[in-house]
Parts: sequence; structure tokens; C-alpha cells
Amino acid sequence: MNTTEADRLVRTALHEVAPEADLSRLRPDADLRDTLALDSLDFLNLVELLSSRSGKRIDEEDYPRLGTLADIVAYLG
Amino acid sequence: MPSLGADMTDGVLLEWLVRPGATVHKGDIVAVVDTDKAAIEVECFDSGTVRELRVAEGTRVPVGTVLATIASAGEPSLAPTTTPAVRTPAAAPLAAESPVTSPLVRREAAALHVDLHAVHGTGPGGRVTREDVEHAVPAPPPPAAVPPPAAVPAPAEVPRGRRRVSPRARRLAEAAGIDLGTVAGTGPGGAIRAADLPPAPAEGAAAADRAAERAAAMRGTIAALMARSKREIPHYYLTETIDLTDALDRLRERNRDLPVPRRVVPAALLLSAAARAAAEVPELNGFWQDDHFEPAPAVHLGVAISLRGGGLVAPAITDAAGLTPEQLMDRLKDLVARTRAGRLRGSELSAPTITVSNLGEQGVESIIGVIYPPQVALVGFGTIGDRPWAVRGLLGVRKLVTASLAGDHRATDGATGARYLRVVARLLQQPEEL
Repeated sequence: MNTTEADRLVRTALHEVAPEADLSRLRPDADLRDTLALDSLDFLNLVELLSSRSGKRIDEEDYPRLGTLADIVAYLG
Repeated sequence: MPSLGADMTDGVLLEWLVRPGATVHKGDIVAVVDTDKAAIEVECFDSGTVRELRVAEGTRVPVGTVLATIASAGEPSLAPTTTPAVRTPAAAPLAAESPVTSPLVRREAAALHVDLHAVHGTGPGGRVTREDVEHAVPAPPPPAAVPPPAAVPAPAEVPRGRRRVSPRARRLAEAAGIDLGTVAGTGPGGAIRAADLPPAPAEGAAAADRAAERAAAMRGTIAALMARSKREIPHYYLTETIDLTDALDRLRERNRDLPVPRRVVPAALLLSAAARAAAEVPELNGFWQDDHFEPAPAVHLGVAISLRGGGLVAPAITDAAGLTPEQLMDRLKDLVARTRAGRLRGSELSAPTITVSNLGEQGVESIIGVIYPPQVALVGFGTIGDRPWAVRGLLGVRKLVTASLAGDHRATDGATGARYLRVVARLLQQPEEL
């Protein structure tokens, strides 16, 4: 998956998890949980969407590497 | 606020049809209340003079809230308070002198295309009643320009009383904020079908207004409930730091082999412990009613869920004490998803016997909570964090959480609350028990 595809996949998933958030103003290095006020269930939903759509297995140990938009794009890419 | 159905927990006082000083008689329609389902006229069950309207129009209040006080005819100055009761189908004309027309009558008039100004009112003071409106309908509804589907019987009957509306149309209309009274129905008997609704307006000012209105209504609800709690409940507060290291290690092991949808988050462990502890300390599980504590037969665990766009709802995971963390996780996911989608059942909102607030998700160390009346306890969990902690004489870095209990001192004393927190700590430190 290239960076553009990964970015689109993440943004789509974020929009589904936090529909009210203005993702156009989301900085790539902003902490997603803080910025979008995601709780642990939201984050689990996000991981579920990312994992099923990218086909990549995401372990709990990897959660710390999924803190920001840029992190996730790099992780999936 | 009368209960207009077993699952009703609160209602919005839409409109007062009387003013202070008005003379009312038993059976008079005094107010209109919006439940989740429909606008319903509320009748007075006592006679006398309206002394005070306690609830402002547009306010959502729980069932049982005193809406107005009425000075009984016999004792004009120091009268007992009365809540209006309801007898739904009656359309008794209003006896007060106020020239207000019931919104249901206006709606009926709009639905039947009747000009209210042209109707001769036969109610007291020339008021226009629902019967007047129905008598004023000039002719049977004109034959539909569009031929009705073959299976549909002829639309002969003029709808009486409440409009017939298909559930789907009602849902859509509610979601879009459409007044059904302004919609002409083409279904059997003039029933409103989804296709009769005007096309949804584009995302814009109207939608934003409605969202703001909802947010304001919710703010008002929270304000009223929490103010009541702080006014009536003498809270006491206890906290306990709990070492979760072993429980979380175990959880991680369990999640390692599971696909994402089946993984359990630490919050589910905390809720599970809170529910089981409530079953072990039943003095905290129930309601303070009529000056005494009424224990609940089961633990329906309220979970404070923040809504995107602001606000807070605390619906229940019913019968939570018997659930494994996995089952509790499934119920929690379902509950959060439905809460945010606005599809809660009335029973879930009225059910909680004790509530947990888990603001720890938002990164605060501890929560000193406010009890949801008529419950008598609120459990709080702060953030789970790495902290220095002594274990068997050695200092190490452990995963800790601060659990708290806000208790109603009318129902229990601190010793009971302390027992509860110790049980929570024991359960979380022996995760095989969960």
C-alpha cells in the first residue's frame, strides 16, 4: 500500500469512528486520541477498520505505534 | 411529569396551556408533553387555581418531577402540590380563559387543511376544539390524483385524533425535524408514509440549528439532574489505588491470539469488577426513594458515555454482575454504538442501579463523581498509568488505577463504601475471579 492509499484509508476510517471531526484540519503529527477524543472503544473500532481493510494483522503491542495519522500511514505503508 | 408509558423516563414540557392564576378543573388539558414517541396532552387531575408553573417550556424533566402547583379550591393559600396526571385520548376543551389553542388542535387543523380563523369555537370562551376542527372539514378528502396502489383500501375516513403515521415515516420525520402536522398523508385513511415527507434539506443551517437545540436540551437535562443530586444527596467520597499489573498482563495474553473484534479493553475489566462488587455489597445497589433505600434485585450497571458533539448519557448494561469480561465487552460495544446513534431503549435509560464513570479514558488521574439520583452510589475510575509502587517490600513500576466511590450518606456510611472498594480491588487483583 502506498502512502496516498494508506492516508485515504486512515482518513476514511477516522471519519467513520469520529464522524463529527473536521479531518481537513487534522495535523499528521497530532495525537489522535487527544485530538479526536477517542476512547478505548473508538480506538478499537479504528484498529478493526484498519486491520480488515488493509488486510494487515494489528497486534496490541503495536498500538503505541498508531498514535498519530502519520504513524498509522507509516505503519500500514 | 406523568409517566406516559412504562418505558418513559422523562419528557419535554412543550407548551403550557394555562397561566398562574387560572382556574382549572379536573380533566382540563393544562400542558403538552413531548415524549420520545409523540406529543401528548396532559390533563390535570385536581381542581383549583394554578399557583406556579415549575417547569419552563422546552425543558426536559424526569418522570415524577412536579410540573406545577395548584392551590385546591378549599385551601387557597397553603395548598399541596400536585402533578398533572394524564388521560391520553380525551380531548376535553380547556376551561381556562387563556385564548391558547392546543397545538394538537392546530396540528389537526393543519393536517385537515382547516383555517382555524374560519372555525366557530364551541369550547369555553369560544375556544376551538378538536371536534370543531373536524366538523369544519369541508368535504371528504379529494380522490388522490395519483391512483393508490391496488392493495390499499379507499382513503375514505377522515383521520380522527392522532394522525396515522408509518413507523418509518415517524422515524425519518423525527430525524429530520419535520412537523408531521404539516405533512399530507397518502396512505390508507390519510396515513403518512415515508414517501409523503418533504425531501431532506441539505446539510446546513437547519441541521446545525437542530443539533444545537438538541445539545442545549441535553445540557438542560444534565444541569437539572446534577443540580438535584448536589442539592439532595449528602455525598461522601472514598478512593483506593489498585495495582492492575497482573490483570492487564493476563488480558494482554488473552487478547494476543484474538482477532481485533474479540479483544477486550481494560475498561471492560473495570466495569466487570464494579458490577460484581455491587452484587457483593447490595447496600449500594438500588434507589433512594420515599426517604428509604430500596435495594435492586439485580445489578444494572450504568455506564457514563460521552456523546460526540457534547453531552453525556448513562444507560445500563442490564444484569451485569453475571457477565464475563468478554460478554460485558460485547454489551459495552453495543451500548456505546447505540447510544451514539441515538437508538437507546427507554428501559436502558431508567434501569441503572449503580453507575460507573470511566473518565480515565480522557487521561485524568481520578474522578470524584456526582451520583445520579435516585441511585445511591457512583463509581469512578481514573487513567491506568505506570507509577512507582511498593510490592512485597520492593519498589517497582506498576500499572495503577485510582478507583473512587461517591456514596449517598443517607443510604450508607463510609464503612460500606470502603467495603465496596476493597471488593473491587480484590477482584481486579485476582483477575481469574473475573
